[in-house]
Amino acid sequence: MVTFRNLAALFRYRGLIQTLVVRDLKARYRGSVLGFFWSFFNPLLLLLIYSFVFTQVLVGAHDPDMEPYALFMFCGILPWTWFSSSVLESSNTLIAGGNLIKKVLFPAEVLPIVTVLANMVHFFFGLPVLVAFLIYYRRPVDPIELLWFPVIVVVQLIFTVGLALFLSALTVHFRDLKDLLGNLVQLWFFATPIIYPMQQAPEAMRQWLNLNPMTHIMISYQEVLFFPGPHGHWKWLLALGAGSVLVFLVGYFVFDRLRDSFAEEV
Amino acid sequence: MTPAIDVVNVSKVYRRYAQKKQFATLKSAILSGTLLGDLKPEETFQALRGVSFQVPKGCTYGVIGRNGSGKSTLLKCVAGITRPTRGSVSVDGRISALIELGAGFHPEISGRENIFINGIMLGLTKRDIQRRFDEIVEFAEMQDFIDAPVKTYSSGMYMRLGFAVAVHVDPEVLLVDEVLAVGDQGFTHKCLDKFAEFRRRNKSILLVTHSLDLVEKFCDEAHWLDRGKTKGEGDPKRVVAAYVIDVEDTEENELAKAEAVRVAAAAKEVAGAKDAQITENPVTSESLVSGAGSSVPSAESGYKDGFKSDEGRWGTREIEITNVTLSGPSHEAGHVFQSGDPIEVRMEVSAREKITDFVFGLGLFNADNVCVYGTNTNLEEFQPTEIDGRAVVTFRIDKLDLVEGTYRLDLAAHKTDGYPYDYHRLLYTFRVKSKIRDVGIYRPDHAWTFEGGIKFSDQK
Repeated sequence: MVTFRNLAALFRYRGLIQTLVVRDLKARYRGSVLGFFWSFFNPLLLLLIYSFVFTQVLVGAHDPDMEPYALFMFCGILPWTWFSSSVLESSNTLIAGGNLIKKVLFPAEVLPIVTVLANMVHFFFGLPVLVAFLIYYRRPVDPIELLWFPVIVVVQLIFTVGLALFLSALTVHFRDLKDLLGNLVQLWFFATPIIYPMQQAPEAMRQWLNLNPMTHIMISYQEVLFFPGPHGHWKWLLALGAGSVLVFLVGYFVFDRLRDSFAEEV
Repeated sequence: MTPAIDVVNVSKVYRRYAQKKQFATLKSAILSGTLLGDLKPEETFQALRGVSFQVPKGCTYGVIGRNGSGKSTLLKCVAGITRPTRGSVSVDGRISALIELGAGFHPEISGRENIFINGIMLGLTKRDIQRRFDEIVEFAEMQDFIDAPVKTYSSGMYMRLGFAVAVHVDPEVLLVDEVLAVGDQGFTHKCLDKFAEFRRRNKSILLVTHSLDLVEKFCDEAHWLDRGKTKGEGDPKRVVAAYVIDVEDTEENELAKAEAVRVAAAAKEVAGAKDAQITENPVTSESLVSGAGSSVPSAESGYKDGFKSDEGRWGTREIEITNVTLSGPSHEAGHVFQSGDPIEVRMEVSAREKITDFVFGLGLFNADNVCVYGTNTNLEEFQPTEIDGRAVVTFRIDKLDLVEGTYRLDLAAHKTDGYPYDYHRLLYTFRVKSKIRDVGIYRPDHAWTFEGGIKFSDQK
């Protein structure tokens, strides 16, 4: 299987991927005064906005024992930002990197992977803000339960990379996917329990929400970081982990099949 | 010994989508249910047709051909950037492709960081690059700017850095696509020196270029592609010569075709206006020649005002120039000549009746419409006696001392007072080729001599 051989070659590109992720991070804030601090400030500002809306504007829209509500939302928004930016940016990444694909012998799959990883690093930069607030509000976070955190991150990573590979390859042929995705991701955001808890969703909706892979990732984050009590969602998470590997393989397969057309279509 | 590059029967088909399909969107594809159908090409374009060759280790191999002949596609296939539709390419050793210099540079970050990233993209490790870093910077002459972001670089700096990284990757096989066409002379020399060093170290170079000089001087073997097919292969001098002849033939055909169209159009015009023109008062015609006693073509004479300065044909046709041929040293009709060759302009003329007042003239114009030379039989004091029926007038230049370029001819038969019998204005075109790239409108026969403490190495 050629696909699997290419997949194995991916491991050889780790040096390249690492370099490109660093380049991406360096280039992003080059020229701005605050530089890397934006990685902290962006989620912080986002948190402030949502706190304002849900404590000052939509007062009483949520369950009173969900306090501090802003923190609850933040547990979801932070990883969601990683996911949504990855999906949106990766759809454009092959076209933006057209010069590399057309002019240099370059493994194209590196590009969407770098996009996802760079966004993951931003997610990590946002974590200290989250930790600071957890400590500030004295949330009872179980250290044992925290061991699940890296598992959730890995599952999300595999799922996102698979999706990014699939979308980046497809966007080369259908450029309007890029615009479509903006709206689709917005819809996806509201179809995932991030700014509302799963329990608050109507009974009839829940089975639909359960079909959404991101639902289980978000609930896992919330259970580990926000809700007291044990992480009861781990079965879903592991099932999703297996599903994510499948998504990754399908995404990679599609990417590999379309690979030869990139240099001509980009 | 296995060859460095082995290309076996490679064909490449590009898919071309119909105009409409190109703008087809996902939505429309889904709506019309032709998602998969749209991915199928409407028509195909074959860029390469069964090309085979081998480049032995240590060989510099030049690929020449016209625009669109498939040179760059071939290079991309060898580089592995695109996959051939049929056939196979195998390359022994690390490749570095100089297809576009600095293709992977990120504008926002410094030259130093870009060197590392570019090097890693080309397959080096961090340590390799560290070892070669100073050499790369020195080669690119970038010591002062290496920490500035690449977006502040001039295009020359950008290219130098790109080139420096690519050649310091220390490839076994170097692929070069016309990158020497850009950059100043100093840089070009440096590149050539680097290539020479590659050759000494028994590395292979595949060079795609339009510079035939470079192929002749530099390559061990040459390959001529024409519309995706191999048209010649082997000794560079021989292949280049064959290619040059072919290019001249094409130019020749194009000029001949254009000329035929012009002459036919002019003839038609004249046929239509003929009757009117004959009844015209000759004085009118004369006044058109700005009163001069002759119509020796000269740029500052009446052409600009009186005559149309565009090509055309007019006159009463009492004497008609029925056919014109230009011929070179081999006496074959042609339109492309070498500077210094003898050429002949042969006019077949025919007079309707016996005429005693006639002059034959010729004017030579360059592409800027500057009159390079003009003369006629009257100026050169041939006394006309009579012409009747068919005759041939030949104008011979023993040595065509013109610089390279395209020239156009006026040919005319008229009375001594300028009254036109048959005037062919700028209807004939020929091209002069020259090995020497001198400039101007005229090349006087000349020689250089040097005395005293002055030395030149051999002319190339």
